[in-house]
Amino acid sequence: MRSGDPLLDHLFRRAGFGASSADLQAVAGMSYSTAVDYFLEFERQPDDVDSKIGLPESVGITARGPFSPNTNIEDARQRWLFRMVHTRRPLQEKMALFWHNHFGVGYSKVAGTVGALVGTKMMANKSGETPGPQGHYELVRQMALGKFRDLLIAVAQDPAMVVFLDGRTNVRARPQENFGREVMELFTWGLGHYVEADVYAAARVFTGWNLRNVPGRDGVDPAAYQEFIYNSAQHEPTAKTFTFAINGGSTTIPARAATSGMQDGIDFLTSLANHPETARRLARKLWNFFVSDLEDAPAAFVDGVTDVYVRSDTDMRAVLRYVLNSRWFTNPGNFNARYSWPAEFVVRTIKEIGWAGFSVDTARVPLTNMGQTLFEPPNVAGWQLGRSWFGTGAMLARMNFAATVASNQKFNLARSFSAAERAQASRVLDGMLQRLSPAPLAGNELSELLAYLNAGGAWTGSDAQMNAKAPGLARLVAGSGEYQFV
Amino acid sequence: MSNKVTRREFIRDGVAAFTLSFAAPAFLVDIARAQGAVSRNLVVIYLAGGNDALSTLIPYTDPFYYSRRPAIAVPTGQVLQIGSDASGKALGLHPRLTGLQTIFNQGRLAIVQRAGYQNSSRSHFQGTDIWGSADPNNSGGTGWLGRYLDSLPFPSDPLAGWNTSGATYRALTGISMSVPSITDPRNYSFASPNVGSEAINERNSAIRLASMAGSRPHLSFVNTSAMEAFATLDRVGSVVNYAPSVTYPNNGFAQALRTVAGSIARGIGTRVYWVQTGGFDTHSGQGNAGAGAYATLMSTVGDGLLAFHNDLQNQGLLGSTLMIQFSEFGRRISENGSQGTDHGAGGMMMVIGGAVRGGIYGTAPDLNPRPDNPTLENGGSDVTYETDFRSVYAKVLDGWMGTNSTAILGGDFRNGAPAFL
Repeated sequence: MRSGDPLLDHLFRRAGFGASSADLQAVAGMSYSTAVDYFLEFERQPDDVDSKIGLPESVGITARGPFSPNTNIEDARQRWLFRMVHTRRPLQEKMALFWHNHFGVGYSKVAGTVGALVGTKMMANKSGETPGPQGHYELVRQMALGKFRDLLIAVAQDPAMVVFLDGRTNVRARPQENFGREVMELFTWGLGHYVEADVYAAARVFTGWNLRNVPGRDGVDPAAYQEFIYNSAQHEPTAKTFTFAINGGSTTIPARAATSGMQDGIDFLTSLANHPETARRLARKLWNFFVSDLEDAPAAFVDGVTDVYVRSDTDMRAVLRYVLNSRWFTNPGNFNARYSWPAEFVVRTIKEIGWAGFSVDTARVPLTNMGQTLFEPPNVAGWQLGRSWFGTGAMLARMNFAATVASNQKFNLARSFSAAERAQASRVLDGMLQRLSPAPLAGNELSELLAYLNAGGAWTGSDAQMNAKAPGLARLVAGSGEYQFV
Repeated sequence: MSNKVTRREFIRDGVAAFTLSFAAPAFLVDIARAQGAVSRNLVVIYLAGGNDALSTLIPYTDPFYYSRRPAIAVPTGQVLQIGSDASGKALGLHPRLTGLQTIFNQGRLAIVQRAGYQNSSRSHFQGTDIWGSADPNNSGGTGWLGRYLDSLPFPSDPLAGWNTSGATYRALTGISMSVPSITDPRNYSFASPNVGSEAINERNSAIRLASMAGSRPHLSFVNTSAMEAFATLDRVGSVVNYAPSVTYPNNGFAQALRTVAGSIARGIGTRVYWVQTGGFDTHSGQGNAGAGAYATLMSTVGDGLLAFHNDLQNQGLLGSTLMIQFSEFGRRISENGSQGTDHGAGGMMMVIGGAVRGGIYGTAPDLNPRPDNPTLENGGSDVTYETDFRSVYAKVLDGWMGTNSTAILGGDFRNGAPAFL
């Protein structure tokens, strides 16, 4: 719902998933910069969102047997959606989604390799709930606004990534290149800064980065997991020479005893993370995610992000502070200038139309039809963004999801309008555009929505009319072009 | 923006003129039908991840095939022998490609060896863009299929192309058109919280709202996607109850082909279909002795294509259908220590159809990594291309789609095209 302050609404759409009335209460009376701090310093709010699962005032989940988000991928998807709806730390959840797209690990290959149970744990295990390390999504969520260098090293040792890019099969005798290539092409500085010889050398660097299997009693024992280990017996210890400097010094990682050979990878990842080209690539992605994907990042923005990134020793919180306070972010010309991702659209639709008696499970299949199955990016480069979200079938799925939520919330919606609002169709329209927050509608569109309310009989505001028109209007607004932007 | 009315603008404005009823979508259907010329279809098949061509078409008499792939090589006795190429090298299909062998033996499968381009990209994403844009030097622009669809007579049809995958690809990107992504026709319908006349009011209102795109291009883009959905609902819906003449395997690839067959059989007017199947990025665990993960991929491809081929053949539609297969690169010749293969260079293409002159085109690489071996590159690690993939596109565009390939491809690539049509 709208706050009355377009800049604050913009902040909620970009740094969060839109605002419910509880979200607005949390920032009531804050200046813009204080509200930015509320998003950035999210540790001030407790990470208590999971405790709301199953409470009647929350959006529902659908349990098929015990709700098992650490070991069942469909339940993991529900927990993630639930968190996006109800989190008190919106930017943490938003950055987790950003990193999930940046490090595009997909569940299917992981589960196809290690099985559904351990595969789900690799994607979504919450530390302490079942044995083993935290899953990929929990990792990027926990490190959402930490140092990028730490995140990169943690992801390189993340069991899901070690399976996804085949590190577990990388051996000393004939190194295998999958992770070594993609870490340069996709996770850090991008094409154009390395050659095939660097890919060969990178493959050798990561020999020995492997996993240890801790089996359970049987195939359904949630105690089973895999964890990262360094296997020195499979490390190739000779010197590795690159076409670029490692840690600002020599282009060669020297020969090391195999027992200390894990440092090869740390050195390599550190030099990639610290490099200004990595900052520039991240700056362009952050521009498209937070500011606009209608135009490319201006050089001044990229330079500004790079400067902060380098000076802060790769600190993403400092980078985000720069982004959210920048003149580009706060420029009204960039409001509603980004094509929403399906997950954003779905969560905002739920938050704005209502959720009492609605299960987030209902969103799973529509999300797939919109092109975004959580935990399943199409490949390691993540999803194709911007216009690519808006194929014909995907747009139809969005319109239909709006209809599904509106239908589910039919009576809640109808009852949420006061008698004074119900008295006039135009006031019902005004009220709906207060609850839902599309980009500004043109005059002819407002006329059309009013005509819809008046179609099929004179406006009376009766219960029967409200029960039909309120959900119809909600779906038209949430299914409009203007609502597809954040 | 040019003065030429784009197809998207036509849909937006044309439909805006018919906003009072369902006449708008019906109007577009009529245009599509009147345009006719649905006689020829192109089905583009993408093997995502970089297919290991040397495991698909196996040079089973090359000793280096076995010495460089000690774990993953297919034993000679299992290879499905299909003859020799022009250089006299004996070749065979992967043992799980019995479906393709059947098609090959009927003379309807052309295999183009060592297809690719100079300085092949080893990146999935740049490689896919190069094959899609058909421009190795500037792969960020439109796609070859998008440009073809742009070139169709105005006003063209929103269903002229059909992407059966959920993702969008460079190949399908045009200037004035976008290809609808329809993964499952059963989901392609319009839902409403109401019923009866209230639902109709709502749908009419949604159509009118989508037609009010205004001048903002990003909003116009999204609204036109909505308009295209409304304009194609009925035709796509007609495919839902398609009853094929054969049983298709129960996997995503074969089911997508089943949908394509239904669409062709219903004559809904689509000219270009995009079908893909993934899992070809086989860095690890490719399998050995003709079994394992790669064998599963081959079954998916071979069995799916045979079902599709037979279904069309049974209905007399094979002669009007051409399938063309590609992947973003071939893989390294030597296996790695993970029983897999890393990103390489030259790959292969296949063309299937009733009009195809089947056979093995081009010459196989010599897998001996000696320095003066002209069929290899990158120190003998990778296969060097022989046939420019754009010459295959040119043959398809000129010889099948009946257009001018030089306009679509931005140059004359007809020289050296294999004579499969």
